[in-house]
Amino acid sequence: MDKSGEAYWKATLGLLTKILAIWFADLLNNIHLGGYPLGFWFAHQGSMYIFVALIFIYAKKMGEIDRKFDVHEE
Amino acid sequence: MELQTTIYLVVALSFSLYIGIAIWARAGSTSEFYVAGGGVGPRLNGMATAADWMSAASFISMAGLISNMGYGGGLFLMGWTGGYVLLALLLAPYLRKFGKFTVPQFIGDRFYSQTASTVAVVCLLVASLTYIIGQMTGVGVAFSRFLGVSKDVGIYVGMGIVFFYAVLGGMKGITYTQVAQYCVLIFAYTVPAIYISMHLTGNPIPQLGLGSDMVGTDVSLLQKLDQVVVELGFGQYTTTTAGSTLNMFVYTMSLMIGTAGLPHVIMRFFTVPTVAAARSSAGWALVFIALLYTTAPAVAAMAKLNLIGTVNTAVASNGDLYASESSIKAEDRPDWMKRWEVTGLLKFDDKNGDGRIQYYNDKTKDEAVKAKAEAAGWKGNELSVNADIIVLANPEIALLPNWVIALVAAGGLAAALSTAAGLLLAISSAISHDLVKGVFNPNITEKGELMAGRIAMSFSILVAGYLGLNPPGFAAGTVALAFGIAASSLFPAIMMGIFSKKMNKEGAIAGMLFGLGITLFYVFAHKGLFFIKGTDYLPLIGGANSFFGITPEAFGAVGALGNFIVAFVVDKFTKEPPEHIQHLVESVRTPRGAKAVDGRH
Repeated sequence: MDKSGEAYWKATLGLLTKILAIWFADLLNNIHLGGYPLGFWFAHQGSMYIFVALIFIYAKKMGEIDRKFDVHEE
Repeated sequence: MELQTTIYLVVALSFSLYIGIAIWARAGSTSEFYVAGGGVGPRLNGMATAADWMSAASFISMAGLISNMGYGGGLFLMGWTGGYVLLALLLAPYLRKFGKFTVPQFIGDRFYSQTASTVAVVCLLVASLTYIIGQMTGVGVAFSRFLGVSKDVGIYVGMGIVFFYAVLGGMKGITYTQVAQYCVLIFAYTVPAIYISMHLTGNPIPQLGLGSDMVGTDVSLLQKLDQVVVELGFGQYTTTTAGSTLNMFVYTMSLMIGTAGLPHVIMRFFTVPTVAAARSSAGWALVFIALLYTTAPAVAAMAKLNLIGTVNTAVASNGDLYASESSIKAEDRPDWMKRWEVTGLLKFDDKNGDGRIQYYNDKTKDEAVKAKAEAAGWKGNELSVNADIIVLANPEIALLPNWVIALVAAGGLAAALSTAAGLLLAISSAISHDLVKGVFNPNITEKGELMAGRIAMSFSILVAGYLGLNPPGFAAGTVALAFGIAASSLFPAIMMGIFSKKMNKEGAIAGMLFGLGITLFYVFAHKGLFFIKGTDYLPLIGGANSFFGITPEAFGAVGALGNFIVAFVVDKFTKEPPEHIQHLVESVRTPRGAKAVDGRH
């Protein structure tokens, strides 16, 4: 396996892109969805739960990538 | 106990807690003063960040804003929480790895230029100072409304408290007081919400109550609210949007990018021990923020229904809202209305002289509503309600005990003081670390810098207090401006510093100046040069909101985009950054080797 800094950065950006895509889709959806009850619930509640989940998923996956490329902190 | 006495007691208790913490958490080194020694755990830092971030506006005004806007108000909820995703993914862990005391120091080192760092200091000072005016006036307002003292006395007391723990303890004192302040403010916010949710829906959890049926019926709370507000001529609560789709999108983006770029929030992530802790700490911060932010829409909807139900008895009885006996008699109005009328936040004006209070939207375009109102002999809306009432008077509207009202007073003060302290630290560290040590006196001793930090902090408190006592005419628009500046100048510069190895100083400086310039230009066109009345120049840019219908408050994201574009174009035509800078970027990108934060230039 390629353990270079470049490969690590590529893996990081890959994860980043996925998470930001969900983040962005959520944002767009909210503005287009409108309506009640689903659109309203997402705008006033659901999005925030999604944001919290995204950060923790990111933190966990990043930890895995760090270990895989052996750049994690001791 | 008398209401006033209870309020004094609760506020005094919370203040003595903050002072106690200040004495316990004194700072002995610059590391403790700037980054609390760098050993704050991710959960604790998350809690402190939540208090740092949630200001008087979040606590007092946000629910009222949502209450007025309905569905469209969700843009504030999404904008102010979604920014933490950007912060966690794009900035916080990398800046923690970089491991220095301040945001301008990162920009200065990464772009190997004192000019870049000085431009960043200017952006930071403008953003933070405009933000702090709102906090100081918030302290004054909370004091004058709850404690019956003048606004000025309130600001002096607030300055005194902040002086005590911020000057003595620096980031260390601020961190632990912010944790305490978070506990006070979240307790104060949720207790009335639980009561009111229980009362209306039988569900003690406000987030669930918002989606539940009204007690004893099979009509949901939101359906009921929709039906009542539409019948009274207001926009339907669950579908009304805020302006055009494009404007809503850009506005939300601006709030998100601005949130991620605010230096006083970023700085909090320098206090955690590792890069991994910086990532998870952003998650914890958002958990603690979301506790309040998911409660706010419940408070907004429930308090709105309660308020209308207070003045129109047909809401509860499902009767005819326009029947003459439905509107309550003015002489029978509850005491809390009289109390808040004194403050001017609530106004009653008997336009048709029938001795009853008619509350509806007299500017509605709905002909049926107009006809009904006319047939009932209504001559215009008779009750005007300031948005802040929704939170401030919420316990009284729901007829809750005195200690809950006192708690809301202490919570509002905690929210304002915790944010003010965070901003003061951002300001004073930019002065003592980036200007005094970075530019004027690089050989200053550790002790000398600590003293400089304390002096800068004291000076900043005096300036903030002065601005709070004599708020410039533009105070109302300033928080939006702070977001615009953070979004258009600081966020792109930091991000490019991490994600582009080849970005050079010329590009970064040109980008920051362009982002800042274009945003100020667009805002000033609407609001006047430096918000001075009469100096606006709308014809020059082709009328209000001329840029694709985007409002000045929403312009930060456009400024940020401009910043990126200009930076990359200038970068193309100028010299690459030196080799060692490219290595620096590589090292910032990998977590291993993260050291304790220090201040060496």
